[in-house]
Amino acid sequence: MKDISFLAKWAKKFWKKVPDQVVRLSIPILILIIGFIVMRNLLVPSDFGKYGHFRAAAIDELVSQEIQYSEHEMCFECHDDVVKAKNMSYHRGVECEVCHGPAAAHIEDPEGNQLPAPRERGYCPLCHEYLPSRPTGFPQIVSESHNPFRACVSCHDAHDPKPPTVPKECEACHAEIARTKALSHHVYISCIRCHKTPKEHNIRPRAHRPEKPSTREFCGECHDEKAPSAKGVPRVNMETHGERYVCWQCHYPHLPEAH
Amino acid sequence: MKEANIERRDFLKRLIVSVLSFSSPGLLKAQEKSKESTSLYEKGYDPEEHLWGMGIRINRCIGCGRCADACKRENDVPRLPFFFRTWVERYIILEGDEVVVDSPTGGVDGFKTHVQEKKLVRSFFVPKLCNQCDKPPCVQVCPVGATYKTEDGVTLVDSEYCIGCRYCIQACPYGARFIHPRTHTAEKCTFCYHRIVKGLIPACVKVCPTQARVFGDTKGRASPLVRFMRMNKIRVLKPYLNTEPKVFYAGLDMEVK
Ligand code: HEC
Ligand code: HEC
Ligand code: HEC
Ligand code: HEC
Ligand code: HEC
Ligand code: HEC
Ligand code: HEC
Ligand code: HEC
Repeated sequence: MKDISFLAKWAKKFWKKVPDQVVRLSIPILILIIGFIVMRNLLVPSDFGKYGHFRAAAIDELVSQEIQYSEHEMCFECHDDVVKAKNMSYHRGVECEVCHGPAAAHIEDPEGNQLPAPRERGYCPLCHEYLPSRPTGFPQIVSESHNPFRACVSCHDAHDPKPPTVPKECEACHAEIARTKALSHHVYISCIRCHKTPKEHNIRPRAHRPEKPSTREFCGECHDEKAPSAKGVPRVNMETHGERYVCWQCHYPHLPEAH
Repeated sequence: MKEANIERRDFLKRLIVSVLSFSSPGLLKAQEKSKESTSLYEKGYDPEEHLWGMGIRINRCIGCGRCADACKRENDVPRLPFFFRTWVERYIILEGDEVVVDSPTGGVDGFKTHVQEKKLVRSFFVPKLCNQCDKPPCVQVCPVGATYKTEDGVTLVDSEYCIGCRYCIQACPYGARFIHPRTHTAEKCTFCYHRIVKGLIPACVKVCPTQARVFGDTKGRASPLVRFMRMNKIRVLKPYLNTEPKVFYAGLDMEVK
């Protein structure tokens, strides 16, 4: 009891000593501090900083955004024939929803939300029109001259695109090589003499690749000095002629030139 | 004129009372808000388990622009030109080291053959998007803290907080942000955050017909992205800015800026 009264006395003494201007000044400062704390409470939501320097509810607002593009596996349930065909085809890497658009709503209610099918000729060239910027090897056409005026889907099945009739001749697809060879010294050597070609190559060329010669000895079968080939075939000494390289690093096999 | 002549003491008293009375609903409101939010993070998705990133294989991109198109559809981005969360650029390198870069409508409508007089040296496509920097300059400049980086490495915008001041647009070295014409707030790629937290891949990755885009976790585990990064020589855009992007390019030409 004594202690407290002593303390109170001391505080009173101290308070009297504080200059008047400091007391007055401290009132608005106090108000400012209270104001700041109150405003902070008002403006900064309590879930701020829960997971980082942001409002936790902001994440939920973002995450509640509606999904438009569904999962690919969803189509199988009702269109198994299409899915099966496509998964075996050249278009196996092209998702259904690339061509048919986002389908989440269609899966919920197929009749109510019908999907468009891009049957018009202008669509496929988005991917297949020839552009020098595209990676080499990607199948491209010049749509102006590639069977003009007819819908692409009248010849190619969009879910299993391939040349509509399977060509027998190598020329159908390798026209440039065939033309080149026709003017070369190798004109009478057939393609399959050098490329053992599986039959399936004509149907799915990229999945079943022909063999390509891989050694110097292959050319030597005709061009070696001791080879049992026809008299007219020009000969080289396999030991010394271009020894460190395979032959086609210097001679293009479809148009071999010596001079 | 009596009214205007209040004493200073009176004024101060009234000030204190009014500040206090204004603040009480605010305090209550804040209390309510915390009760409402039941976060997705509490429903099984743990952001600490992931660190998302994207890989892009330049030599596979055919410039069909389906990624830019799908992004607009998935995220309701205005279908006008100039508004993109992701887009495709075409680089054309001509004789004499002249570089032409174009991106008509961001690639959404595909590309037409570019007509030029000089001889073409090489040409290729470069898909672009927000680089989801590990040290995002946009987060640093936001005056209201509306743009932030999550634990799993994605930079997002709180559109309720954004005041549309455009500082972040200026700060982004990759030109990945824009002001949405309807909401007037900043927008950008979210890595389709609403999809990835549910185990789906971003829309642009899903529709890529040649699998030029790869998405996944960079955090240790076996993912397509980890494999991609191990198998390829990786480059990022503008490495000298030390933004530490999480969009990784394979086969990127030195001309790409
Ligand atoms: C729940 C079953 C169901 C699922 C799942 C489903 N569909 Fe369908 N789909 C239907 C039915 C039924 C129709 C026929 C609608 C009609 O003709 O009124 C249809 C029609 C279509 C058509 C219209 C073709 C035309 O004739 O123009 C397309 C395209 C299509 N579906 C694509 C898809 C794709 C892509 C998916 C997967 C993302 C999918 N569907 C998933 C049931 C389904
Ligand atoms: C390369 C673009 C493309 C892709 C990828 C694609 N479609 Fe199609 N789809 C079309 C076109 C074009 C048509 C119209 C064909 C016609 O009229 O001959 C069509 C027609 C359809 C039809 C209508 C009837 C039929 O069987 O022809 C269904 C159903 C369908 N697609 C489902 C799918 C599903 C499911 C997938 C994924 C497995 C898929 N499509 C992938 C382009 C595509
Ligand atoms: C989104 C891009 C895309 C669209 C759109 C598209 N394709 Fe394809 N197409 C591809 C890809 C990828 C391949 C596989 C290329 C490969 O094997 O390297 C392919 C392969 C093909 C092939 C096989 C080419 C060959 O090597 O013999 C044909 C034919 C084809 N598509 C026709 C079409 C037709 C017709 C349409 C329109 C209905 C179409 N494509 C739409 C991406 C596309
Ligand atoms: C009259 C039938 C017909 C029409 C219409 C047609 N094609 Fe073809 N397409 C063929 C034939 C035959 C081949 C194989 C021989 C060739 O290359 O010309 C082929 C080959 C292709 C190839 C493979 C080229 C390569 O180098 O591997 C693609 C891609 C292709 N077509 C896309 C299209 C597209 C896209 C359209 C529409 C703009 C279209 N086709 C219209 C008959 C047609
Ligand atoms: C239906 C069209 C088609 C026919 C017919 C065809 N090819 Fe091919 N061939 C292709 C395609 C497409 C490729 C792949 C080109 C690529 O990858 O760039 C190819 C690749 C090749 C290759 C290179 C393989 C490799 O690994 O690089 C050889 C060799 C070849 N074909 C030989 C032949 C021979 C020989 C014939 C005739 C018996 C023939 N082709 C018939 C379409 C065809
Ligand atoms: C004298 C043997 C020989 C004959 C005949 C021949 N080739 Fe080749 N071909 C080769 C060799 C060797 C290579 C490998 C070149 C390389 O690896 O760079 C090759 C490569 C190819 C390739 C791969 C692409 C390229 O241009 O390098 C194709 C496609 C091809 N040949 C198609 C054909 C076709 C079609 C014919 C028939 C019209 C044919 N070849 C006839 C020896 C031959
Ligand atoms: C089936 C036998 C045979 C094989 C295998 C063969 N060649 Fe030949 N080659 C010939 C014949 C025959 C001639 C000469 C034709 C003529 O000029 O009358 C010739 C000519 C040449 C010439 C000379 C052209 C000139 O300008 O005089 C070169 C170079 C050549 N071949 C390179 C090659 C290479 C490289 C290979 C391996 C990829 C190869 N050959 C495989 C039969 C073959
Ligand atoms: C380093 C480049 C190089 C390589 C590798 C090479 N050649 Fe030659 N080849 C030449 C040159 C150059 C000539 C022109 C004649 C000469 O100066 O010997 C020639 C000439 C030829 C001739 C024509 C000879 C004549 O009398 O007309 C034949 C046949 C031939 N080469 C076959 C081959 C065969 C087979 C191989 C692989 C075993 C091969 N070459 C590898 C550079 C090369």
